Amino acid sequence: MIRLPDPKPEVLARREAILAGLRAILPEGGVISEPLRLKPYETDGLSAYRQPPLAVVLPTSTEEVAAVLRLCQAEGVRVVPRGAGTSLSGGALPLADAVVIGLMRMNRILEVDYANRLAVVEAGVTNLGITNHVSADGFFYAPDPSSQLACMIGGNVGMNSGGAHCLKYGVTANNLLGVKLVTMAGEVVEIGGRHLDAAGYDWLGLITGSEGQLGIVTEVTVRILRSPEGQRAMLAAFRGTEIAGQAVDAIIGSGIIPVALEFMDRPCIHACEAFAHAGYPLDAEAMLIIEVEGSVAEQDMLLGKLKEICNRFDPISLKVAQTAEESLAIWKGRKGAFGAVGRISPDYLCMDGTIPTGELPFVLKRIGEMSAQYGLQVANVFHAGDGNLHPLIMFDANDPASFHKAESFGADILKLCVEVGGCLTGEHGVGVEKRDLMGVQFTEAELAQQRAIKSAFDPAWLLNPAKVFPLDGNPALQRAA
Amino acid sequence: MSDSVLAPADEAELAASVAAAAAAGTPLAIEGAGTKRGLLRPVQAARTLSLRGLSGITLYKPQELILSARAGTPLPEIEAALAEHGQHLIAEPPSLTALFGTEGPPTLGGLVATNLSGPRRISGGAMRDHVMGIRAVNGKGEVFRSGGRVLKNVTGLDLCKLLTGAHGTLGVLTEITLKVLPGPEATGTVAVAVADLAQGVQVLSAGLGSPYGVSAAALLPAGGGGLAGMQAVLRLEDFAESVAYRGARLRAELAGFGAVQWLEGAASRALWDAVREAAPLGAEPGEAVWRVSVAPGEGPGVVAAAGCPKALLDWGGGLVWLAGPATEARHAAVMAAAAAAGGSFTLFRAPEALRAAVAVLPAEPPALAAIGARVKAVMDPAGILNPGRMRAGL
Repeated sequence: MIRLPDPKPEVLARREAILAGLRAILPEGGVISEPLRLKPYETDGLSAYRQPPLAVVLPTSTEEVAAVLRLCQAEGVRVVPRGAGTSLSGGALPLADAVVIGLMRMNRILEVDYANRLAVVEAGVTNLGITNHVSADGFFYAPDPSSQLACMIGGNVGMNSGGAHCLKYGVTANNLLGVKLVTMAGEVVEIGGRHLDAAGYDWLGLITGSEGQLGIVTEVTVRILRSPEGQRAMLAAFRGTEIAGQAVDAIIGSGIIPVALEFMDRPCIHACEAFAHAGYPLDAEAMLIIEVEGSVAEQDMLLGKLKEICNRFDPISLKVAQTAEESLAIWKGRKGAFGAVGRISPDYLCMDGTIPTGELPFVLKRIGEMSAQYGLQVANVFHAGDGNLHPLIMFDANDPASFHKAESFGADILKLCVEVGGCLTGEHGVGVEKRDLMGVQFTEAELAQQRAIKSAFDPAWLLNPAKVFPLDGNPALQRAA
Repeated sequence: MSDSVLAPADEAELAASVAAAAAAGTPLAIEGAGTKRGLLRPVQAARTLSLRGLSGITLYKPQELILSARAGTPLPEIEAALAEHGQHLIAEPPSLTALFGTEGPPTLGGLVATNLSGPRRISGGAMRDHVMGIRAVNGKGEVFRSGGRVLKNVTGLDLCKLLTGAHGTLGVLTEITLKVLPGPEATGTVAVAVADLAQGVQVLSAGLGSPYGVSAAALLPAGGGGLAGMQAVLRLEDFAESVAYRGARLRAELAGFGAVQWLEGAASRALWDAVREAAPLGAEPGEAVWRVSVAPGEGPGVVAAAGCPKALLDWGGGLVWLAGPATEARHAAVMAAAAAAGGSFTLFRAPEALRAAVAVLPAEPPALAAIGARVKAVMDPAGILNPGRMRAGL
């Protein structure tokens, strides 16, 4: 179980005064404090953990965010920023003495500039909302986390979100030009702008993925790209995970970087097929979904090369989509993978380590052995091109023993990822979920240095303080009761 | 002179040297090959810490698109290793030895510390986008790591990005892991004759707004790249079939703007090598050179406002290279032009007196400058790493 810091008694004691201060800042309905209305905010995508906050505020402008932070700074109140609450690592999990700052009312698209290929949006605009806004004009915003229908760009910046297409287009950090950041002291700073590579320290790069611990992002300037002429997928199924891994190596070695290269293992194929009836081969040990882009002739050329490569590895089946509809059918199972696993198991934990792709067969073998040891099923779906692994560990949340086993199993998988040269998290963030594993990847001196950088932004450790860094050594707790 | 150069043979020795310098309060000038000594402000340091002893590729997995090398590794050694597997550095970093009048080749550490990217920046990302992992020594002499050797990693604060482009002021990079990619099978360039800068940027925007995956887009002054008149040039890099197809489509779509030419293979490569090194700018030895970054549409306005007769626009118009008299007045004009356009500038090359006298980078807002000073104090409390390199007194 993950420990949360003790609430500050002096903050709990001043609750009414703090609420009155917040109400004076925010418009009608902008402060939520009734227990029943706090319910929806007590958890996020890591729903095993719940904690109602002191209050939730829903600001509508950067100035309101700044005023709330000034008040919280003056009162010593911890704050937890929140977008859509889709974090799978508990990044938006509240604390009992914290004010949750929900950015969902800041949901305006402020500007789209096609000539300069950028959009300026508020933090509460959804990821897909950006693409939907510009798609009629042939443009898109590239990072596409699976939660893109709901998740918000402010949260994407906080977590440096990735997606299925980042092998070609990069993650959030690679697609930003600027942010408006409110510091814990309530100062509003513009970082970056409408241009590339601002001279000076790369604050934009440091803030992206800092999990809301350095400031609150209220506005984001993103790059938008012109969509390719078209895209099409193929499916290749193999007799073994090792063989599929070799096929991935051969594809990359051929000079083709597919726009997406997804890997599913046998349990995942079965779960998805039962759910989506996508026509996945049930006798395969591993399956790849490969997508290419360009004109129809270019797609044919690339898919032809890919088919030839896959054929060298004795595939059980190869299916090249002939139409956009067939392509969607191939993706249907993969896109529904989390839902499909949810159908066969009451609950699951979605892990997120990254490994060197060459270690895939070994890691999958070890995960299989651990699955037998823990007595918990696991399905693996994997961004094969970049080594980002998503094992889905199935358990029953009504059985505390099952949940604890699932957590231990997950921790063992992440330790294995680090052991083979990878990392704890590729795109979901550390949050609370992986916080206590940070010592597996970093030395105490490295963690101390990162903590000191956070302190440079937030000396009193009020911004999302229980996340990312193990509580031992966390300056936020030095004065806890 | 040789007494003042520290040349550790490995990371442990380097860390010990930095720790000793910190204890003694001895400022260090951090140096790879020294090819960009003329960049930004002159460093006032008692000793030079050379990275030349830390050289060599430590890991290369072509199938994993990952290469690690020690910071002092010369660029050609890395490029040759990649070329053996048909791969390349995505950001197409320039060496700029001709511009600075220095002897090459630059080192990997220097390229990362300066975060300099070439024409492919607009499609493939900057150097900073491909630094997947670092090992470094902070100003206290402590070795630390950030990132790793995988392509996707959000574990902890991204100090790879913080140190990339920090010009050695926050830590001494000792080893760097980069994402690399397969190089293109073919390349071709569409050149469109344009009347002026504004029309040129329109052509570049039209190309970059097309679905053909333009990998680089620059605006050459008359005579630049060996072409007559002012030319908007747009590059395609891909499999040969794609380059042929997309080149034809792009030529057809841009033909309405002006006379169109098509350069292939070696001619295309030579043109972009020149753009990467800012050669078409034609900066004379005595002139100052500025590098301004703005939204592409602002490029022509910056050129006009800065009043520099020599300009080269890259990155679709957003990277403005300017050359002109090395005077404080001209520098003030460039600063004002960049600020008015909402962009950023670097006094890239100038005589030492000018570089020491003026702000070579834009000032940060006070709140951010205060945070920056605290971050610098965390990483380099004794203030011994490249003091004054980026800003006076820091």
